[in-house]
Amino acid sequence: MLDTPAENNMLTLSDGSLGVIGSVKTPVNVGQKVKRLYRQIRTENIFKRMLVLMGILMILLVLGILLTLIVESMPSIKALGAKYLWGKTWDPVQDIYGAYPFLLGTLLTSFLALVISIPFSVAIAIFLGEYYPKGWLPDFLKNTVELIAAVPSVIYGFWGLAVLVPLVRSLEIKLGIDPYGVGIFSSALILAVMIIPYAASLGRSVIQMVPSALKEGAYSLGATRWEVIRHIIIPYTKSGLFAGILLSLGRALGETMAVTMVIGNTSIIPKNIFAPGNTMASVIANEFTEADKPVYLSALIELGLVLFLVTVVINMIGKRVISRFTND
Amino acid sequence: MGANVKYRIGKSRAFQGLVIVLAFSCIIPLFAILFFIIKAGITKINWHFLISIPKPVGETGGGIANALLGTCIIIVVAAIIAIPVGIMCGIYLSENKKSKLAYWSRLCVDILQGVPSIVMGIVAYFWLVKPLGGFSALSGSVALAIMMLPIVIRSTEETLKLLPDSLKEAAFALGMPFHRVILKVIVPCGISGILSGVILSVARVAGETAPLLFTAFGNPYLSANVLKPMHSLPLLIFNYATSPYNDWHDLAWGASLILLVFVLLLNISTKLITKRWKVQL
Repeated sequence: MLDTPAENNMLTLSDGSLGVIGSVKTPVNVGQKVKRLYRQIRTENIFKRMLVLMGILMILLVLGILLTLIVESMPSIKALGAKYLWGKTWDPVQDIYGAYPFLLGTLLTSFLALVISIPFSVAIAIFLGEYYPKGWLPDFLKNTVELIAAVPSVIYGFWGLAVLVPLVRSLEIKLGIDPYGVGIFSSALILAVMIIPYAASLGRSVIQMVPSALKEGAYSLGATRWEVIRHIIIPYTKSGLFAGILLSLGRALGETMAVTMVIGNTSIIPKNIFAPGNTMASVIANEFTEADKPVYLSALIELGLVLFLVTVVINMIGKRVISRFTND
Repeated sequence: MGANVKYRIGKSRAFQGLVIVLAFSCIIPLFAILFFIIKAGITKINWHFLISIPKPVGETGGGIANALLGTCIIIVVAAIIAIPVGIMCGIYLSENKKSKLAYWSRLCVDILQGVPSIVMGIVAYFWLVKPLGGFSALSGSVALAIMMLPIVIRSTEETLKLLPDSLKEAAFALGMPFHRVILKVIVPCGISGILSGVILSVARVAGETAPLLFTAFGNPYLSANVLKPMHSLPLLIFNYATSPYNDWHDLAWGASLILLVFVLLLNISTKLITKRWKVQL
């Protein structure tokens, strides 16, 4: 691993420069060694500069993404102004652009998915963090839940289209509403499955951080397991669990492919949670390559900008809460 | 024992049961997907499926060779871009824990991690597709590379942070210059963590579709030119799954099975690496 000859040269050389030059036998050798030392120092400086450059590159990347989105959505911001976000109609043929149906679609699918997923992710977190932290069965559960996050979203979409949509359709027939099958509800179900791992893994790690002295104190006062969870663990990990839920919300908001495949893709404001609709991400995926007018394209990019800003804010809050929790 | 105590114990037991049931019911969707995709996909896969390109609608047969090759090329190019940059940046962040620049840099890595994949597609479209004058596999690779970066950087940083300072100090004491200490001592010691981060990032982007929609775009023919449109497995699955033709659905099931197996194998191999070398990610 260590390049011994070079290191030896350097050591004798630094000795030499300290004033023992007389002991070095041939002066020619010294010249070579000095050259080599300078080369080493130069490479070292270049290397250090490269590292700093990479650090700067990350900042430039994020600024670049932000700037690109802002510049490219300028035409629509100028032409449509702020009422773009509240406009209720999206009709590119008539040149009417209103993002409200997509904002509503995104919020409905994400929050519905969140509501469906919370009981499951919290249950996994409590199971792995408190009830059974060790053993093969919890390990199996933990790995399986992590694999849920690994399945590509397009496969979730395809499976949803082939399996889930017919199920939802038969449910809708039973309930007596228009049996679309595709729609907000189907997308929320798929999304709920996809975001469970994020809140679950974070929740597990914060629950494991609860000091055992607190729990033991409660047990010694005669509390049951449920009372310890309810009155010690949940209050203690409140902010950490909240952060996990925020991060999974961030995932749900930006998720594109699975939603695009099962939401039905209409730009009409959804009447109920079973109706088809569109989210910000899915409308970009569907219409970006078809946008033939500059304002149309730029309106889509403005949706991307909104999506970017919202996910950045949500992720930042989530990360801030976690770091405060782990530091306390 | 009073009735009250019995009630409390019962409640506690009931809650425990509820937690177990809820926790394990999360496994159902994963296994349902695995089961369904294996059942629908396994019959479609044969040698012909792997080496021929899709046939037009109406003709049976055809394969996914173009998408397989495309996925490989796009991912390899993305990895070539992302791995050196990611590892260097990870080294920078682990070496500079306190500096202002490192703080902002770390924040930006966090932001990059949360950027929705579709937004990456838009950005790559304006950075590469428009200036180059057409859809290209390269632009798709760049979009994927940016998505890989945060994972590689994070895993490198976290792994290197765990290494004891004495290791570095010993190397410095021998008179090694900084770059040698990093490249010959620190990086080899943390290689397992870095490696699993790299594999994880490949697994993550291998299934990404959204960034490729407006960059690699798709191509019904076999192509190895990175400056031209190229097909990829996730794109093929998306296009064929949403088409109304049954032949195309069959192709998509086969492709889904291959993609799923590939991604799951990568994920499991990172698990094994981290377990074997006891790295914490």
